[in-house]
Amino acid sequence: MTAVQTDTDTAVYALRLGDDALVLAQRLCEWAARAPQLEEDVALLNLALDLLGQARSLLTRAGELAGPDPNGTVRTEDDLAYLRDEPEFCNALLMEVQSGDFGRTMARQLLVSAWQVPLWTALAASADEGIAGVAGKAVKEAAYHLDHARSWVLRLGDGTAESHRRLQQGLDDVWPYAAELFERDALLDRLVERGVAADPALLEPQWRATVQAVLAEATLTVPETTWRPTGGRRGQHLTGFGYLLAELQHLHRSHPGATW
Amino acid sequence: MTAVVPARTPEQEFQDRIDADDRVEPRDWMPDGYRRTLVRQIAQHAHSEIIGMQPEGNWITRAPSLRRKVILVAKVQDEAGHGLYLYGAAETLGADRDELLDMLHTGRQKYSTIFNYPTTSWADVAAIGWLVDGAAIMNQVPLTRCSYGPYARAMTRVCKEESFHQRQGFEAMMTLCHGTATQKRMAQDALDRWWWPSLMMFGPNDDASPHSAQSMAWGIKRFSNDELRQRFVDATVPQAQFLGLTVPDPDLRWDGKHWISGAIDWTEFQTVMRGDGPCNRERLRHRVAAHEDGAWVREAAAAYADKHR
Ligand SMILES: [Fe+2]
Ligand SMILES: [Fe+2]
Repeated sequence: MTAVQTDTDTAVYALRLGDDALVLAQRLCEWAARAPQLEEDVALLNLALDLLGQARSLLTRAGELAGPDPNGTVRTEDDLAYLRDEPEFCNALLMEVQSGDFGRTMARQLLVSAWQVPLWTALAASADEGIAGVAGKAVKEAAYHLDHARSWVLRLGDGTAESHRRLQQGLDDVWPYAAELFERDALLDRLVERGVAADPALLEPQWRATVQAVLAEATLTVPETTWRPTGGRRGQHLTGFGYLLAELQHLHRSHPGATW
Repeated sequence: MTAVVPARTPEQEFQDRIDADDRVEPRDWMPDGYRRTLVRQIAQHAHSEIIGMQPEGNWITRAPSLRRKVILVAKVQDEAGHGLYLYGAAETLGADRDELLDMLHTGRQKYSTIFNYPTTSWADVAAIGWLVDGAAIMNQVPLTRCSYGPYARAMTRVCKEESFHQRQGFEAMMTLCHGTATQKRMAQDALDRWWWPSLMMFGPNDDASPHSAQSMAWGIKRFSNDELRQRFVDATVPQAQFLGLTVPDPDLRWDGKHWISGAIDWTEFQTVMRGDGPCNRERLRHRVAAHEDGAWVREAAAAYADKHR
């Protein structure tokens, strides 16, 4: 294996993307054996599998780019997934919001996937070959996830009075967290400049157009809010995140150094 | 001189086809008993697949490495897929998935008793793959030659995936057995708890198995419960030895040809069958809750389909 050139900025970016995928996958995994119908048990786990695949590649890449620690070891995907504490995770808050009912889960998926399609499309041309490699595959997966979420948002939004009410509620619950996806900070300024990261400002119009079209067709109302929760990228998470990590990590941490 | 050939009844003609190893297809005439037996068996098999998602699904969010998590998610997803193929096969016999699910939810149809045991450690996930999927393969490979075409074809697909699960389970078990002392203890403890229930998966001893003879004649069953159980024991004991684990059966012995196990505690089997195993209530309650929680979603999908017909 040829040594990867250490690149702290890109490492953090890969970690953000990897944490997004890992944390959303963990939320989707909570649906195992409790979906509304058997076809959906298959579909939700399919989404989770795609995201876990992305997470593994991105966390591995983040470890390589971060370079060896003072002891000379490069952190693996499992070191990063299982041995970091809450403030070290830098996923967007939207990924960690609780799944709630199936309506909220699909509303969250719509907002995420509508962002990931243009994101991965842009990143397929990233100057970082590791990220570009993940993006090439992820763009097809995200397109499928968007399609799946869209088809449920339509059916629930334009289904029964109850499903319309529940989905609108779920959408209202998750909507404010989407703003964080389009925030730009000093790290992104540097990485956009270098052609490594996607420019959030360029992703927003396509995201908004996709989401608005689906919501209009589903007879749903685009929520209006001035509340813009933020902090995920800086390691400031929601209350439920500690529980998510406890479940994810406890077995691995209970057996330090063990191989599975 | 012409010989008078007595007319054969439809039942006799059907039996001739079975005896000639002909495949029966959905549109073919079949005796009511054959249809009923198959629907019951396929439905119980389908129910086992979907209830079987619970004991392992329970470890997905806690899997100890990302690689193991992916393997486990894919496995549980496969089991949902098996449920889908099998309900589909039952539907070719005129059954309806919703009605079959209702039979499951109201306790009128059963699922494999094996899923009424708890998965209390990670090693249980490995042991289930190794032993439970292993036993399922022994039971199901002969069904790929079952006289009913759609069931046989569903089984061919299912068996490919089950053998994958079995190998992954064994490999996970091996990793534990080569791991820390605690991991090895977890592995032995899991074998201790899953060994006997796995042997019971093959059903009662032959002399206590009432439906077997007719199912054999109809080409639904190819080998007796005891024959299949023996194959499983013969295949699995050497694997346990290879892992360095002890099979929890003091009477287990080699007779020169086969591994002969001690007596099975059939009262335990009956207890679990009757509904009084450790997890019967929990499994059914979970299943019914998922179904009821999802009712509004299914109703919405139906309403949407009506509007956009
Ligand atoms: Fe299965
Ligand atoms: Fe299986």
